[in-house]
Amino acid sequence: MGLALRALLAKDLRILGRSPALAALLIIYPIAIALLIGLALSSSPALPRVAFLNEIPPDQATVQLGRESINTTTYERRLFQAIQPVPVATRAQAIADVRSGATIAALIIPAELPQELASASQTAYVDVIYNNNAVNQSLVEQAIESKLAQANAALAAQLSRVADSYIDLLLKGGNLNFLGSTYKILGLVRAHSLLQAITAELPPSSPVRPRVEQVESFAEVAVQHLGGSKAVIGAVAEPIGVKQEVLSGHRTPLNDYAVAVAVSVSLMFVCILLASGMLALEREEGTLARLRRGLVPAGLLLGAKALLAAIVGFAVSFAMLAGIGIFVPLDWARVGLWIASIAVGSVAFATLGVAMGAIVRDLRAASLLALFVSLPLVFLALVPSAAVSSALFDAIRIISAIFPFKPALEALDAAINQSQPSLLEALGHLAALIAGFGVVARLALRG
Amino acid sequence: MTRLQARGLSKRFGSRVAVRDVSFELDPGAVLAIIGPNGAGKTTLLSMLAGGLAPSAGELRVPAEGGVGWVPQQTAVYSKLSVAENLRLFARLERVADVEAAVAGMLDQAGLRERADEPVGRLSGGNRQRVNIAIGLIADPSVLLLDEPSSALDPRQRARLWEFILTRVAGGTSVAFATHDIAEAERYAGQLLVLADGEMLFAGPPQGLRGAEHGSDLERAFVAFLAERGH
Repeated sequence: MGLALRALLAKDLRILGRSPALAALLIIYPIAIALLIGLALSSSPALPRVAFLNEIPPDQATVQLGRESINTTTYERRLFQAIQPVPVATRAQAIADVRSGATIAALIIPAELPQELASASQTAYVDVIYNNNAVNQSLVEQAIESKLAQANAALAAQLSRVADSYIDLLLKGGNLNFLGSTYKILGLVRAHSLLQAITAELPPSSPVRPRVEQVESFAEVAVQHLGGSKAVIGAVAEPIGVKQEVLSGHRTPLNDYAVAVAVSVSLMFVCILLASGMLALEREEGTLARLRRGLVPAGLLLGAKALLAAIVGFAVSFAMLAGIGIFVPLDWARVGLWIASIAVGSVAFATLGVAMGAIVRDLRAASLLALFVSLPLVFLALVPSAAVSSALFDAIRIISAIFPFKPALEALDAAINQSQPSLLEALGHLAALIAGFGVVARLALRG
Repeated sequence: MTRLQARGLSKRFGSRVAVRDVSFELDPGAVLAIIGPNGAGKTTLLSMLAGGLAPSAGELRVPAEGGVGWVPQQTAVYSKLSVAENLRLFARLERVADVEAAVAGMLDQAGLRERADEPVGRLSGGNRQRVNIAIGLIADPSVLLLDEPSSALDPRQRARLWEFILTRVAGGTSVAFATHDIAEAERYAGQLLVLADGEMLFAGPPQGLRGAEHGSDLERAFVAFLAERGH
């Protein structure tokens, strides 16, 4: 048994080695994919080039609202996080740059922006000029609007603090500086106390007493409710906030999940294509019938093909993961778990591959079947539950559960990122699929 | 026991009977040609004799020593491996005691010594078929079964192939081969087995099939024989 297995493995490795295109692909593929994914995940996305003109004179960049100073250059910096600014000297130059395509848009901060902000009575505007390219416009629009929304929120918070200080002044009293003069404000709290003292000193029959009591009552209500209005203004500044909570396990960062997806996809393609191809090749060369004539038991033949595909798939995927690890920080302390998840995943994919190779009659059909089955599985496994109806998602979950891609991805994600479901659960799922597809392959080879 | 014996061999695939009640014996050093129209059951019978298919009924006895070597109709070799590597692989799988000696001996007998390191995919059809047969002989079987061994070969290649097979026959190996080529059957086989629709219609020397009215033309005699029996 061992001798036959060794002979079959050595033969298949030799055949693989003599297919230069395939061997080169198996070496170049993980390196190329690891480089691409690593560079994509480790480098920042390119920012759109936007002509930028700030028309506000430098000495007017700060706006004073009450006790708060608002520096407009702070908000300028926020916008620069979303674009690559190309400074221009004039509005005409900005427009010319957009027309010529040197920049895909122009962002102009008008000179009157500080006054508009200071007035607090009208909306302040920045000007954005696009060319007629819808894709570019959408790209810049999204980038600028997202950062502008953040800037607006920060500005609203600052304006809310200004309003708070005025309300405090109204309530507690103090000095108000306005147009170079200082005014002393009594404040509603002290006004209410004074009115209470006056009411106490008035005789009960005094004709002014009811009117003073009316004003005192108003002062009391005003003190109570004006205090509450600060909270209302705060809520308007940020009407809805987001509190994040992950129900179970560890939330996988998108970059790390992308690594798990990329490695799982590669593992799947290498194992399935190789296992199905090598078995179909036996049929195509006519050697399958010769081997099956009592020389090699069917189980051993299938096992040898699956083992070879799993070994190659494992080596390619691990090399790819290690390569990506150069660019993306991965927890190398968990390398044992990576190995376990890739090893079991590779056997599961290879078993599915030999089942496909046993079902079809030739190499081309095996490759086509492998691609037709594998590609939809990747898409199905990545469909988020919120993207489709619950009935459709249930169907997708069932389909994903009877093929190895989803559990292999879950196992690798758990190994790399400690995500849920647990590694053990995913490995158990894969083991069940290995058994199932092993039976399918055995039955198909009998036919 | 040194001869191959088949008694009442039958094979069913569902309700279809592929081979029905076939019996014959093959002595050491004898050559048997199995002939019949397409779909007669020749390949099914050879597969049963080779152990690749289990008979539905009947009894098969193969020589205790040496066993059976089988050469399928399609060349069943690894085209990316060299001639020697193909032979070595099957020698290992057949559990031949001295693999290298068996490979060297077979390369010499098949006349492929100088082509030993060439990938089989680069060989001519005749040489590929010789490798195909050499693999069937690598374990030195007492009985060699060949399924249409010369169907894709030109006359020169066919002659060389038979020269190789007949050296084994001279050494005591029994050969049973299926063919559509009646002249080839007559030239090399001491016995004929005629199958049609799975049924054995004739078993005996070629002379027995040739009727007086057809003179020396065995092919015409064979066609007439089948026609008389409704095939």
